[in-house]
Parts: sequence; structure tokens; C-alpha cells
Amino acid sequence: MTENKTIHGCRSAVHRGALPAILAIAASAAASRRAAAEIPLNYLGASGKRASEILPLTYGVIAISCAVIVIIAGLLLWAILRRRTGPDRRTFDNTPPERSGSGLQWIGWGVGISTLVLCGSVVWTVATLSAVIDPGKDPPITLEVTGYQWWWDVHYVGDMPSQGFSTANEIHIPVGEPVRIRLVGTDVIHSFWVPALSGKVDVIPGRTNETWLQADRPGTYRGQCTEYCGVQHAKMGFLVIAQPPDEFEAWRQAQLRPASEPASPMAQQGQRQFQARCAPCHTVRGTGAGGRVGPDLTHLASRQTLAAATLRNTPEQLAYWVTHTQQVKPGNRMPDIDMGERQLAELTAYLETLE
Amino acid sequence: MAEQSRVATITTPNKELADKLFEIWERPHTLYGWLASVDHKDIGRRYLVTAFAFLVLGGLEALALRIQLALPNSGVLPPEAYNQTFSMHGVSMIFLYAQPIVSGFANFLWPLVLGSRDMAFPRMNALSYWIFLFSGIFIYVSFIIGQAPNDGWFNYVPYANKEFNPGLNMDFMSLGIIFLGISTTIGSINFVVTWMRHRAPGMSINRLPIIVWGTLTASVANIFVIPCVSLAFFLLWLDRNFGTSFYNVAADGQPLLWQHLFWIFGHPWVYVLVLPPIGLTADALPVLCRRPLVGYTPVALATVSTMAIGFGVWVHHMFATGLPGLSLSFFSGASILIAIPSAVTVFALIATIFSGKPIINTPFLFFAAFIILFVIGGVSGFMTGSVPVDWQLTDTYFVVAHLHYVLIGMNVFPIVGALYFWLPKITGRMLSERLGMWNFWLMFIGINVAFLPMHLTGLWGMPRRIYTYGPDMGWTTLNLITTVGAFIFAVGVLLLLVNVAYSLKAGAKAGPNPWKAGTLEWATPSPPPPYNFVVIPTVASRHPLWESHLGDSKHRSYVYRGYELSDHHENVGTTTVDAIPDIILKMPGDTILPLLLAIALAVTFVGMLFHIWWMVAAAGFGLLATLTAWLWPRAHLGERTEPGTAGASS
Repeated sequence: MTENKTIHGCRSAVHRGALPAILAIAASAAASRRAAAEIPLNYLGASGKRASEILPLTYGVIAISCAVIVIIAGLLLWAILRRRTGPDRRTFDNTPPERSGSGLQWIGWGVGISTLVLCGSVVWTVATLSAVIDPGKDPPITLEVTGYQWWWDVHYVGDMPSQGFSTANEIHIPVGEPVRIRLVGTDVIHSFWVPALSGKVDVIPGRTNETWLQADRPGTYRGQCTEYCGVQHAKMGFLVIAQPPDEFEAWRQAQLRPASEPASPMAQQGQRQFQARCAPCHTVRGTGAGGRVGPDLTHLASRQTLAAATLRNTPEQLAYWVTHTQQVKPGNRMPDIDMGERQLAELTAYLETLE
Repeated sequence: MAEQSRVATITTPNKELADKLFEIWERPHTLYGWLASVDHKDIGRRYLVTAFAFLVLGGLEALALRIQLALPNSGVLPPEAYNQTFSMHGVSMIFLYAQPIVSGFANFLWPLVLGSRDMAFPRMNALSYWIFLFSGIFIYVSFIIGQAPNDGWFNYVPYANKEFNPGLNMDFMSLGIIFLGISTTIGSINFVVTWMRHRAPGMSINRLPIIVWGTLTASVANIFVIPCVSLAFFLLWLDRNFGTSFYNVAADGQPLLWQHLFWIFGHPWVYVLVLPPIGLTADALPVLCRRPLVGYTPVALATVSTMAIGFGVWVHHMFATGLPGLSLSFFSGASILIAIPSAVTVFALIATIFSGKPIINTPFLFFAAFIILFVIGGVSGFMTGSVPVDWQLTDTYFVVAHLHYVLIGMNVFPIVGALYFWLPKITGRMLSERLGMWNFWLMFIGINVAFLPMHLTGLWGMPRRIYTYGPDMGWTTLNLITTVGAFIFAVGVLLLLVNVAYSLKAGAKAGPNPWKAGTLEWATPSPPPPYNFVVIPTVASRHPLWESHLGDSKHRSYVYRGYELSDHHENVGTTTVDAIPDIILKMPGDTILPLLLAIALAVTFVGMLFHIWWMVAAAGFGLLATLTAWLWPRAHLGERTEPGTAGASS
């Protein structure tokens, strides 16, 4: 009785190990494209050349792995069920040890087949590696991305200094073109990752790592720091926005312009607030604000998110962020700014003009 | 050191001789006697209990993490508390549980399976335990004062540097791991020399139990890799406390130096944690299948070659650091092909079950489950070995799932199986089968509910080491499932504790050989007497107690006929390859010196932590005094001759 229960349990256990894995992965594979919106960092799908070339290998090794688990689980189960006995202690007295069959052929076949599969995987890996290590042509656009605790500075390198500009936590790229990314480390190690477009590359102080990515479809792709970098590592995201080339060019031209003068009296008051309280850390090009501690805010209002992809960029969230930074991202470098309701409204009105 | 003296042989268990040996080897039942014990069985038990205590602490930390992650934007643990907790979870499990638990089994079992009366260096053995205990306490004090290590278990610089991490957190970690490293190094040297010299006559290297191969391989690796990690932490401590610039970029230091030093240690360390438990499985599972292990030689060679290749794969932890493609290809190839020796072991174990008559009891289930968990953890490791795929997988929950299958599946499961199998030898009492079944199924269901879906959490992009996530990331359901699984697993571990407590109080008497196993430890009473064997056994095959059944040896092993050695603490020394007896080794008896030395070391490290230099100086003086007493030549060890007697050295 006990024995039967055990064996039955055993069978379901091994199935419990293998089947859900395969089902889950198969289901997620089917859902992966559709799910891009619901699961922003999913990498079972790809939207760019580099990630797409890796994807077959990813599915390949997943398939090999699942097959191995199923085969071994089956063999193990068969081996256990074949000549089993229950756990009664007397069984040990009644079953003397014997050397029945050598069993060595198991090792021969098992290891032989495994070795072939493993060698094949090495070849496939190296082939994929060499296919994605560079984009095949010289990328027309170069970005310098600097990781800070806990946000991203993005500098578009121009042919002339006047053709370059900086933004933060949001990268715009033209669809269909490879983009070279130079990763500059300053404080601690971060890792730059946009799963839908490319794998990770670390951002290491004292080194400049280079990577590239390319989007094949317009869209907004989420990125994330993936090397543990301190207390707010969790909230160090960014967005990559892939646009048709003409839209991208329009965006680039807009970003090159300095901030426009605020028109309304309220916003003008807000600018004075900004100069007094925010300018030591933040830059707004075309004004006296030139701080280099925090993100460049010249075109803040044009961005989709705040605080490294932590909040949506709405006037309400913006006001909340300014006054509650230590609640939204405890331990981050920006203090809560203590200001009255009216002053806050003025500051927000000014920041909203920075399109 | 040596003395070629009388060689007596006996043919039956001899009560008079046993009593005499008991007089010589038994320690006094006082507090002093307890503190001064150098008996490998005492030390093994202490290692097991202490390591298990750290497992429980690490487990409680894991549950706190899982409560925090169960739901998005949860505020149970604030960010810094979360970061310290996940760091301490890793440190507890990887440094304070997984290796010491292995030392516990090896310490208890080695002399018994090798037919020896003790380890080669009994005092160093006690020293290694006390240092392990004190270094564990040292590290945990940081948690109590709220300045625990907070940079994960691999402590990447520059975040670990003073500039970004000004508290004592990383000083506790640096000094604690250097301190612990002394214990590991001493223990490893002890295992290697025990293997070389302290085996029963006839225990040639082709007759060693696989646990000896596993621990030996791990110990040799430790001797090479512990200096790397100790150096890495020492340089970090210098950078943090004395303004050196080994890792400081501003002064041309290199953050990647840390990663190389750490992973040259870190990857072989993974095999240090899993090869001995695989060895325990390869020894115990065949007993439960009523046959010898299939493919002894391939499995022994696979154990050694896994470690050899394991020294050439460390860069797979650094695939995303921007190294050149050619070197990535090399390390990728090695990381994938290291699966070949693992395949040898897996197929050998399955073949053993297949061609045997498996008896399905609790230890069997743990060992059988280990095989499939080994495979799951192995194939996910194979996936991370493929560079382009790893660029996506690395630092996501896929890796967290992988490493938990490796560490729980390949360390905890075989260790718990080994507890069910060998605890009757250690305590003399059986564990309950009924509780054992519940224990097994809860742990087995728990690990799979917690960590199988976690692979998908990783493939869906959840990064490691984040204290929270938004509801819009799509990970909520999977995280909730994992939390439920973690609690199921915890209940399983709790039942194990209940079972052990029950067994100690009311377990059935085990008798010397409850599983009718074939190796030497089962020839001793349960628990074994302080001297282990009345006479030193003579070994003629891999399974001395199964020879009448297997009949595969022309000669017979003898357990009751052999060297008597009843003058002092003594053991037979044998040659390394063939185990031919060539010397009688004088062994030291119980002494408080190891404890004193460990205390002096602990005081040294506390002084270094707080920069109390007079304390360091005083402790250094204590160290010297203790070492002088330790190394003082003793006549009964043959280290000097008494005036007026004939020379005893040879």
C-alpha cells in the first residue's frame, strides 16, 4: 500500500519537474510577441536585428534542454519502476547485493550522444557570436551612454560639437539603422540592456565598452540596468524609442535647440524657482542652469517618463516626484524639495514648457 | 614522528583491547573535555549542526525576501534592508552552509570509510571548526548591528569601495571571508594529507569511496582558489581602510581585477559545493539499489576532470563585461563541454538504479530527485554557457533559478539524503520513514514550485537583486507562485528538523549496519566508539563487507584482524597510491590549544575591523604563545627523545 503510493507519487513528481517547464516555455513562446506590451523586458521575442539573430539559438538551447530533461526523467522513472521494492527495513536483509550486468553501455551511449549535442551547440554558439559581434556596416549614429547611480545620461555624438546634445533615460533611434553605443562608466558598474533589441553589456568605470543595437520595427522598448549598483538598482530603467527616420530626424532637430523662453508669468516665476533650487544640479541649455550632477532637463517635457523610467511624465507625477523623491526612490541622490503649493505649481508650469 | 615498533595482530573483536583503546581515546565528559576534543566525529557533528544552523538562518532570510517580492511595489523590506538581506542570504548559504556541511560529512565519514582512527591532523581539524564557527558569528554580528554586507555574495567593486559604501558592511565581509578562508584552507590540507597517508592497508586509490574522490578533489581545488578570494578581499580591505588603489579607477586601479580574482575562486567553488554531495550520492544510492556503483572508474575520473575543466570557465560569469570575442568563444566552449563529465555521473547513477533492485525509502527518493534536479540545473547552466544567449540570460532571474537548482538540487537534496542514510551511524538511531516521506515530498514540490516557474520569470526579463518591481512588468503571478513554493519548501525543512529531534528521542535503534551496506564505516557500532576500529582493518576490495556476496576479489578484507596500536593515539601510515603500510603515526590527543588559537585569531580580526591596534598586537602575542605551545616537541608524539632512552625515530 505504502509502496504503491510512493511509486505513484514518484511518477507524478518527475512529470511535475519536466512538463510544466516545457508547457510554460511553449506557451510563453507563442505569447511572446503579443506579450511585448504586457511584459516589457521579455526576451523570448525580438524587435531588432541583433536580438533576432540570437533568438533561434535561445530557442535552440531551450529545446535541447527541455528534451534532455524529458529524456532523463523518463529513463530515471523507468529505472526506478522496473524492479522496485518498498522501504521495509527487512528488505535490506533479504536482498543481498549482486553485480547484475555491467551497465557501462549506459555511460557510453549517454555520454556519446551528449558530447555530439554539446559540440554542435558550441559550433552554433560561436557562429551566432561572430554574426552579432558587429553590425556589418558602420553605424551612422553614435551614442555615448553613461551610467550613474541611478539614471542614464545619453549623449548624441555629432560631427561637430554643435551637432551633439544630451538627454537622459530616453534613447531615440531611427528604425532599420544600426546604432553604435559607447558605454562610459563613472561611479559603479552598471549594465546596459534592452532585451527586445540586444543583450547586456556592462558599463564599467575606467573602460569604454562598445555595443550596437538596431530596431526593425517602430516602438517603445524598455531597458534596464542589470548589474547590481546599490540601493536603487531596482529603479534604473530607460526607454528606447524607435521611430521612422524622418520622425527621428525631427526629434533630433528639436533636441538640438536650446530651451525656449517661458511665455506665461507663472512659468517665468517657475523658472526663477528652478534657477534657485534646481540649477546647481541640472542643466537647461540656453539658460543659466548648468549643473552636471543630475540629468539634463532641456527637453524634459518631451520625455515619456521621470526618474529613470519609474514614473509616467505627467504634471501631477512631476510635482509628486519633485517633492517626494525619497519616497519614490529612497536613497537616491536628489533630496525631497520642500516648497509651497504655489511655488510647486509655478515650477511644474515651467518644467512643462521644456518640450 | 615515526616509530617502527611492535606489530600485533588479533583475529576476533577483543573486549580487553577495546576497553584499553576506549581508555586511550575517550575524552572526559566535562566542559573542558568537550572544548578540547579533537575527535573527528565530534568535529564532524559540530560542523553539521553549525552549518545547518546557518542554513536555517539563510532560509529565514530567503522567506523575508520572498514576502517582499510576492507582490509588486511591496514595502515589507525597505531597499537597504532588502539589499543586506539578499546579500546575507547568499553569504550564509554559499559560504557558511554549503561548504561547511560538506566538511561535516567528510570529517565524520573519512576516517570511518578509510579504516583510520582519525584525520591526519586532529588538532588542525578542531582549529578549522572553531575558526568556521567564529567567522560565521563575526559575519552575523554585522547583521545584528544593521551593517551587514550589502553587495551580494560576489561584492563587485567599485560599489564595495569606501566611496560608495562607507559603512562597516564590506569590512565585515572582507575580514569575515578572509577569516573563514583560514578554516577552509586548514581543513583542505588536512583532507589531502589524510588521503595520502591515513588509509587502511589495502585501500589503494582504485578502492576509495566516491565521497573521498569528491572531497579530495574539492580540497585540492580549495588550496588553489582560497588564496585568490582571500587576496581579493585583502586588497579590498586595504583599498577601503588604507587608501590603496587596487580597484580604484581614479588611481588607475581596475574593477575587473576584482571580477577575475573572485571568479577564479567562485567557479571552482561551485564544484567544491557539489562534488562531495555527488560523491555521497554515488556511495549511498548503490547500497539502496543493492549493487555496486556502475562505472566506478568513469565516475571517479569525471569528478576530477569536472574540477580540472572548472578552472577554465570563470569568464562565463563575465560574458557581458566587454571582453574580446575570441576569448569569449574559448570560455564558452569550456563552459558547455564541462557538461560531459557531469553526463558520465548522471548516466552512471541511472544505470545503477536500472540494473539494481531499488528500495524506495526516504534517502533513495532524495538521491533520485537529486539526479533530475542535477539535470535541470545542469541544462540551464549549459544555456548560460552559450555567450549570445547568456547576454540575455545573465543577471536575470533565469540565473537565480539555475543557481538554486544547482545549490539546492545538487547540495541540499543529496545532503538531506545523506542525513537519512548516515545519521543512524552518527547517532545510532533511525529517522522516521513516515515523516521522511512528508519531508521529501514537501521539499521536492517546494523547490519545483518555487524555482521552475522562476526560469520563466527570468526569460520575461526580471533582473536579479531588485527590491521591488512595478505591476506593469508582468511578473506578479510568477513571483507569487515562487513565494508559495518557498514556504512549502520551508515546511519540508522544518519537518526534517522535527524528524531529527524525534529520532534522537525515540528513533528505532540502528545497529551497526541498517542498510546492509558494503563499506568500512558500517563495520563499526552506531555510533562508532572514539577509536573507530578495534584493529586497523585490511582492505581487499571496494566493498569489504560485501565480498561474500559479490565474490569479485581473490583476497578477503579483514575488519577484526590487523594492527592493534594501543599504546597511545596511533594510526597506521600507508603509501599514497597502493596504501601499503610503512609507518606507525603518533597522533596528538585532546587539547584546548585549537580553541585558544581560534579565539586569538577572532580577537585579531575584531581589532582589525575597528582599527584597535593594541588589541591586534595583544592577540598577535597570544597567537605566538599558543603556536609555541602547539609546536613544542612532545615525546609521546616522537617529536623528541626522552633523555636516557634509546632513539625512537627512524
